[in-house]
Amino acid sequence: MSTALVADKRPSTLRGARLPKWSPWAIATGSIALGIGIGLAAGLDSEVQWGLLAGLLFLLGTYGIAARVEGRRQAKDRIATALVWVAFILAVVPLASLVWATVQRGVKVLDVYFLTHSMGVVADSEPGGGIYHAILGSLEQVGLATLIGAPIGVLTAIYLVEYGRGSLAKAVTFFVDVMTGIPSIVAGLFILSLMLMLDLQPFGFAGSLALAILMMPVVVRSTEEMLKLVPNELREASLALGVPKWRTILKVVLPTSIGGIVTGIMLSIARIAGETAPVLLLVFGNPFINANPFEGAQASLPLYIYQQYAQSAGSQPAYDRAWAASLTLIAFVMILNLVARGIARWKAPKTGR
Amino acid sequence: MAKRIDVSGLTAYYGSHKAIEDISMTVEPRSVTAFIGPSGCGKSTFLRTLNRMHEVTSGGRVEGKVLLDDEDLYGAGIDPVSVRREVGMVFQRPNPFPTMSIFDNVAAGLRLNGSYKKSELGDIVERSLKGANLWNEVKDRLNKPGSGLSGGQQQRLCIARAIAVEPNVLLMDEPCSALDPISTLAIEDLIGELKERFTIVIVTHNMQQAARVSDRTAFFNLAAVGQPGKLIEIDETERIFSNPSVQATEDYISGRFG
Repeated sequence: MSTALVADKRPSTLRGARLPKWSPWAIATGSIALGIGIGLAAGLDSEVQWGLLAGLLFLLGTYGIAARVEGRRQAKDRIATALVWVAFILAVVPLASLVWATVQRGVKVLDVYFLTHSMGVVADSEPGGGIYHAILGSLEQVGLATLIGAPIGVLTAIYLVEYGRGSLAKAVTFFVDVMTGIPSIVAGLFILSLMLMLDLQPFGFAGSLALAILMMPVVVRSTEEMLKLVPNELREASLALGVPKWRTILKVVLPTSIGGIVTGIMLSIARIAGETAPVLLLVFGNPFINANPFEGAQASLPLYIYQQYAQSAGSQPAYDRAWAASLTLIAFVMILNLVARGIARWKAPKTGR
Repeated sequence: MAKRIDVSGLTAYYGSHKAIEDISMTVEPRSVTAFIGPSGCGKSTFLRTLNRMHEVTSGGRVEGKVLLDDEDLYGAGIDPVSVRREVGMVFQRPNPFPTMSIFDNVAAGLRLNGSYKKSELGDIVERSLKGANLWNEVKDRLNKPGSGLSGGQQQRLCIARAIAVEPNVLLMDEPCSALDPISTLAIEDLIGELKERFTIVIVTHNMQQAARVSDRTAFFNLAAVGQPGKLIEIDETERIFSNPSVQATEDYISGRFG
């Protein structure tokens, strides 16, 4: 009887004090308010400093309160969670503000007229005009670059994963790594030196070549990873059926990994769609519509943005057009990403019953 | 259909490592031959030398002769792809092609080889699935993905895929080790039926299974870890399990080691 009473009085070792569920929100609100307060009181005029202050207060507050109420182990757990959240917000805030700024300033002149007319008869400092020629140039240059870069990249990756042995494969891997690090302006200069040797004037396809150089290593790397994910058992199953190796690759390995490969290609397209430097060197820019990428200067979206900004001597209509073109470029890349996700989901190996 | 396998003086390497040494044996047509032995003794390696799958592994090479009805599989001018059409294989883990439907999985061997008539394809798929005792379970969902089946069904799908190309020999590398007893029973019954048409070689860790399904049993062993595996003896299954001629076989079967 007496032992039972003693046992009842002993505190449970499994249950400790817990902060209520809303406590992180409360601490966050408190630290933001405090951050703003301190910022105002100390006369800090940058809102970024307020935010950093609030983040720091949030971490310290979380640790202090949790350590006091719940104990040190739980406090460490909470501070790890809080660190992840703070890092996430630090990453998202610039992205969100960038998209917000672009949308806010870009929608002003973005309309059907803007998308379907060129700058042919409009001076850079005047209102009006559009980006049709730049969209056309971008699509053609990026499309041609993809036609060159994607097949070479995918085939290189297939060689590296399925056939590559010994020193040649090692050399290819090494040079792909080196190529990944090539600055875009260097790729542009490389093609420019060829153009000067052959005495050629700027044209769209030259830009495509430089973009293809930039695209290839990205495609090789991503495709390589995707091919490595295909289980070896599938290759062996196919080989054991008496299927030749090349057909095994074509009919079993590639279909299994096609979703990831397409995603990789789309991401690499997104990367080169925003390149300005090689296009500036090789395609030069052109206010008129030029649908022929093999002759004469063309425009492209990133180049258009740069030139509107740089050549207009601060006129507001040119700035508006630059922002609207930026918004178009972001939308273009975003649509590509969505398409890539769609294809990846559509082509992913099915598991349903 | 079924062909005899004659192996003489076969040695297989992984790079510089010798995995199996000097193996000679005969596998009779229309029979089931089981390979037993402790892990790492080279049963699977030996099995994979019988349809030239060993050399698919990087560094894999083979010395010696494997005669398939008097034709040396490792002779000059022999195409490993043709060898694998004659000697089919079922793997330890069921591995249906994830991008293909049940129908396409069974038809894969024929389609990917390009050697079929369109009109016959449906018949061949039905016959193969019936041969693998899977037809009744999947006939209403032939266009559903093969990876949606249960493990035992997937393994029978892989067997159907292997027999659809009408090989002469069927190699099975621990086909039941990833399956439950009921699926195992289904596969074992299937092996009993398939031996009417094919020469079957099966690797198994389950000695009861070897005793149940096989006509002849080969016992492999290795002297020590890192040493090459060797064939200790091959004999009628009944003799191996009742009165083996080598002491090591008896020790292994009675559970004294391994």
